[in-house]
Amino acid sequence: MSEPRLIEVRKNVLKQNDLLARGLRERFRRAGVFTVSLVSSPGSGKTAFLEKTLIRLKEDFRVAALVGDLETENDAMRLARAGVPAKQIITGTVCHLEAAMVEKSLEDWDLNELDFLFIENVGNLVCPSSYDLGEQLRVVLMSVTEGEDKPLKYPTIFNTADIAVITKTDIAGAVEFDIEKARASIESVRPGMKVFELSSKTGEGMDGWIDFLQAGRKKSEEADFLTAK
Amino acid sequence: MHELSIAMSMIEMATDEVMKNGGTRVDALYLKLGRLSGVVKEALLFSWEVACQGTLLEGARLVIEDVPVVVHCRECEADQTLDSINRLFCPVCRKAAPEIVQGKELEVTALEIV
Repeated sequence: MSEPRLIEVRKNVLKQNDLLARGLRERFRRAGVFTVSLVSSPGSGKTAFLEKTLIRLKEDFRVAALVGDLETENDAMRLARAGVPAKQIITGTVCHLEAAMVEKSLEDWDLNELDFLFIENVGNLVCPSSYDLGEQLRVVLMSVTEGEDKPLKYPTIFNTADIAVITKTDIAGAVEFDIEKARASIESVRPGMKVFELSSKTGEGMDGWIDFLQAGRKKSEEADFLTAK
Repeated sequence: MHELSIAMSMIEMATDEVMKNGGTRVDALYLKLGRLSGVVKEALLFSWEVACQGTLLEGARLVIEDVPVVVHCRECEADQTLDSINRLFCPVCRKAAPEIVQGKELEVTALEIV
């Protein structure tokens, strides 16, 4: 019987996903579509937030959305009612989206026809953090009903996101939510992170978010323009 | 709980290496696991045994090296190891240190092949 041999590997376990994500990011860049993904726990108001965002943006831009769920096409149907192309990615038992699922869902979409693409991840604050989807901006949402220390409990997801959005601020008073405490939690796990506070229901705070998205898209286009030169 | 699919990716990677290097089975897989990788060690170890069944890795040991979070503090101009993953502040000067230099690893470093 032969002796065991030790061989060096040094490979990232998620290399396959990372390569696909890199390819997607390049495709988005070439097509001039600004891609934003949303992560949060179930029930934090991702779909309502996305619905309002899409309605606001579609006045001036071409927008579309991919939504991940374990089961049902309810979210995509709800977004389609907002009058924008929306496709459901049903993950079955998988608790997160992966770059390959995004790539597959985009097969019959022409990215050149889009200005903004939104990807709503499965409601889960743990697993999505490991998978790059090729997005240019990752947004983590937390609602005022979740407790101010949510970021301290799930630091990894806040760490892989670019900005945070606190949702359902219209009921913050009723649930005695302390916004400053929540902001301090976010600052602790991700110093310097930009935070929006808003209510999808009343529209309060939405203007700042929409302006930020438009500026982000413009900035990414200008960066491309500079590299193209 | 995405550790099962992570375990399966590791097995796939190891199987490829066995094919490339010539061998019949894997005795051990060495993994670097960062505290900010989003993967839970206990869940991964549990998934590992299940996922290895019926593969070239059946019975293989999963040897995990825990990688702590290290941030770069601009104030101290030095890298600092943190005890906690939810306070990215320099343990020396107490200033915010958002620059992570280590702790997101999920990397297969070596295999013992027979």
